[in-house]
Amino acid sequence: MTTPVKDPETQLKRPDEPLLKRLTRQQLFIPIAALILLVLFNLIADPTFFAISIKENSLGNPVLSGNIISVLDNASELVMLAIGMTLVTASSGGQDISVGATMAIAGSVILRMVCGGQITADTMQMPLILAVLIGIVVSIIFGAFNGVLVAYFKIQPMVATLIMFTAGRSIAAWINNNQLPIINDIAFKYAGTFLPGIPVPTPIFITVFVILAFWLVLKFTTLGLYTQSVGINAGSSRLNGLDPKLIKLLTYVILGVCVAIAGFVRVSRSGSINYSRIAENIEMDAILAVALGGNALGGGKFNIYGSILGAYVIQFLTTTLYKYDVPSTALPAYKAVVVILLVVLSAPVVREKLANMKKAPAKSAKEVS
Amino acid sequence: MQESAVLEMRGICKYFPGVRALQNVDFTLREGEIHALMGENGAGKSTLIKVLTGVYPRDGGEVYIKGVEGAAVIRSPQDAQNAGISTVYQEITLCPNLSVAENIFIGRTKGNLTNWRAMNKRTGEILGSLGIPAAPQQQLGTCSIAVQQMVAIARAVDMECKVLILDEPTSSLDDQEVQKLFGLMRDLRSKGVGIIFVTHFLEQVYEVCDRITVLRDGQLVGEYVIEDLPRVQLVSKMLGKELDDMADIKGESGGVAISQEGAPVLEAEGLCSNAGIKPFDFSIRKGEVNGFTGLLGSGRSECVRAIFGADHVTGGAVKMDGKEVRIKKPLDAMKQGIGYLPEDRKGDGIVGDLSVRENIILAYQVMKGFFRPISRAQAEAFADDYIKLLEIKTASADTPIKSLSGGNQQKCILARWLLTEPKYLILDEPTRGIDIGTKIEIQKLVLRLAEKGTSVTFISSEIDEMLRTCSRLLVMRDRKLVGELTGEDLTQTKIMATIAGGDEE
Repeated sequence: MTTPVKDPETQLKRPDEPLLKRLTRQQLFIPIAALILLVLFNLIADPTFFAISIKENSLGNPVLSGNIISVLDNASELVMLAIGMTLVTASSGGQDISVGATMAIAGSVILRMVCGGQITADTMQMPLILAVLIGIVVSIIFGAFNGVLVAYFKIQPMVATLIMFTAGRSIAAWINNNQLPIINDIAFKYAGTFLPGIPVPTPIFITVFVILAFWLVLKFTTLGLYTQSVGINAGSSRLNGLDPKLIKLLTYVILGVCVAIAGFVRVSRSGSINYSRIAENIEMDAILAVALGGNALGGGKFNIYGSILGAYVIQFLTTTLYKYDVPSTALPAYKAVVVILLVVLSAPVVREKLANMKKAPAKSAKEVS
Repeated sequence: MQESAVLEMRGICKYFPGVRALQNVDFTLREGEIHALMGENGAGKSTLIKVLTGVYPRDGGEVYIKGVEGAAVIRSPQDAQNAGISTVYQEITLCPNLSVAENIFIGRTKGNLTNWRAMNKRTGEILGSLGIPAAPQQQLGTCSIAVQQMVAIARAVDMECKVLILDEPTSSLDDQEVQKLFGLMRDLRSKGVGIIFVTHFLEQVYEVCDRITVLRDGQLVGEYVIEDLPRVQLVSKMLGKELDDMADIKGESGGVAISQEGAPVLEAEGLCSNAGIKPFDFSIRKGEVNGFTGLLGSGRSECVRAIFGADHVTGGAVKMDGKEVRIKKPLDAMKQGIGYLPEDRKGDGIVGDLSVRENIILAYQVMKGFFRPISRAQAEAFADDYIKLLEIKTASADTPIKSLSGGNQQKCILARWLLTEPKYLILDEPTRGIDIGTKIEIQKLVLRLAEKGTSVTFISSEIDEMLRTCSRLLVMRDRKLVGELTGEDLTQTKIMATIAGGDEE
């Protein structure tokens, strides 16, 4: 895991470097700059964007409402996926495009469990925690399937995961015999909506929990170092006693866990599932979040917090566009424009150019003195 | 610009973050001369070459080329090529999946159509005239490294260059091939080509070169005519101090004899792997330094890879301290206290994008295990210790290892294994492509380790290096262990005879 340079000596060695260049060198520069731009745009265009009010939800409980809350809430699944996708990208130098389809599978499994195989259920037929665990296990199996294809059969990640991308939603439908189960138990929807008496959407808590869990994992294990080492040079990692295949597989399994939790949050928002529409195209946003966070899609070094920020930036953008009544069919086109800008700006070539532009005047000033 | 010069570089400067790679360096190349560019690792040889060929933009200075009015504009390797500057790099930069002919002509065909027959015919002529054993339509990847290197030179030569840069061209060639290359260089010299020859082999410099330019720490030390600069002086100029380190090491190596006693640390019997070596027996005592020698491709690296479990072991028994152990993969070997510095530093050694610190702690971390990460403070302490101990030249411990010079990268890999405190350390070509100062440091380090009781297997293509450090040499020929030399048999002639073989059979 990368941490910003703290060593005062290295700072001293570049005393004549302008602040802006030091900033642009930071990996998190682009996502933070994008976030600031979006905030500024909204502040200028309509400051009420940031208003947070208390409203009553359908159950009559007072809950927080506002665009910011909606960004934080709706970004939840994307954040979780972006975390897992970062690890997979770092270790295998490729992306898993089946995460949306696997989310459908995990959601379908969880619904089948809590409905007990019926089409509609008014109470949960199984403890929720058990149902979620089964969902996680199933998702891990699919993650491991992808991981084995990538690590042991050395298939390009995008090609390997194309299989699940294509088949996943059919498998999800098959799990419930092509029925659309609906669970009416309010307790099931706690995870996707609000816990009684708490005005903040539960997905925000779950996301914070997942981020914390990964912070702990990266702190108390060597996952970060191993993943990067394998992603940069599998051959020399092996000669240092690592098992590159196992580590690649591990990252796909971890992504499987992320996908299952995201799938659970998504189905518990509504208590039902639409196999072909659930989490549609979310894999592209997840990959974009990784790239936006300044991570190389070719693998190697990563910064998981960059990806998390990237995910929030994407959701912020989506919400902003909705606010200005961009029709949902036109949304992708608008998004594409912004994405092109961001990606081009964060490309190393451009960043170097920008940095050099700032360097030139500084140098001539030095010559005068 | 001087009358006879084909190339002049004036006041070249180049900065990298935290490093002044080149400061005000002048360099002149005359028509029809072979000019050695010498210096330690990090002296700036490679940087100067890369500035000249447009790989790096320069931060100051000017380049003049014969036949070009005023200062030449070289912004890309393509510009350099058009100006008549051809380069053959140490690492082969051709396309292994294309044919020899395609590699020679790539990027130089006119128009969209290719006359394959003419191209192959012309390639055949070039290969024939240079005596390169390859067919035009052969896929380059199937040729040996040495032949690939020669194809790269053939490509450069065929472009009718005025300036030919050879960056460590001989490091993967055997003596015969080197002679062939030298013949080719002399031939080109007589045709008026100016050749810049970068190498670490002093003998080779004195064999073919006319002039020497010495760089040190990014600065020009001086330009000398070869007759005016004896070897000892050249070395002292490169190192920047007056000393005779070679003699020092020889003096110290008297202590090696002691290690003949002592219990064996590792014994292998009938060991073989899927890399195609014949089963071999091997043992090493505590505090002993031994080595594998043999020609390129004789299987010396494959032997140590089998010991370390780097290749798939297919048979044989290994005992560590008298106890039978199974070494199936590198981690097994590491747990037994074996360390292995691989031959291919770039491909198997460094993890390029990771920092110097992360590269140093990697093996130790892997041995500690997944759930016991080394704390940041501890890692920094380890890295700082070894950076100081081995005098690794780096801007900081956070610098990516790939931006270090070759010798300093190698020191980091050494630090990595020293940190694991191995009982038995295997060093496969630790001195390849490294400047003479670092070479001597590494050899001294090996002897110091042995004194402290570490067993070391040392492999080097340079026989004097092995003679200086090893008390026992295992000789390989055609992937088979053919002899073992100790004591008085350890002479250059005896080793050569054993490598060549034939006499006793």
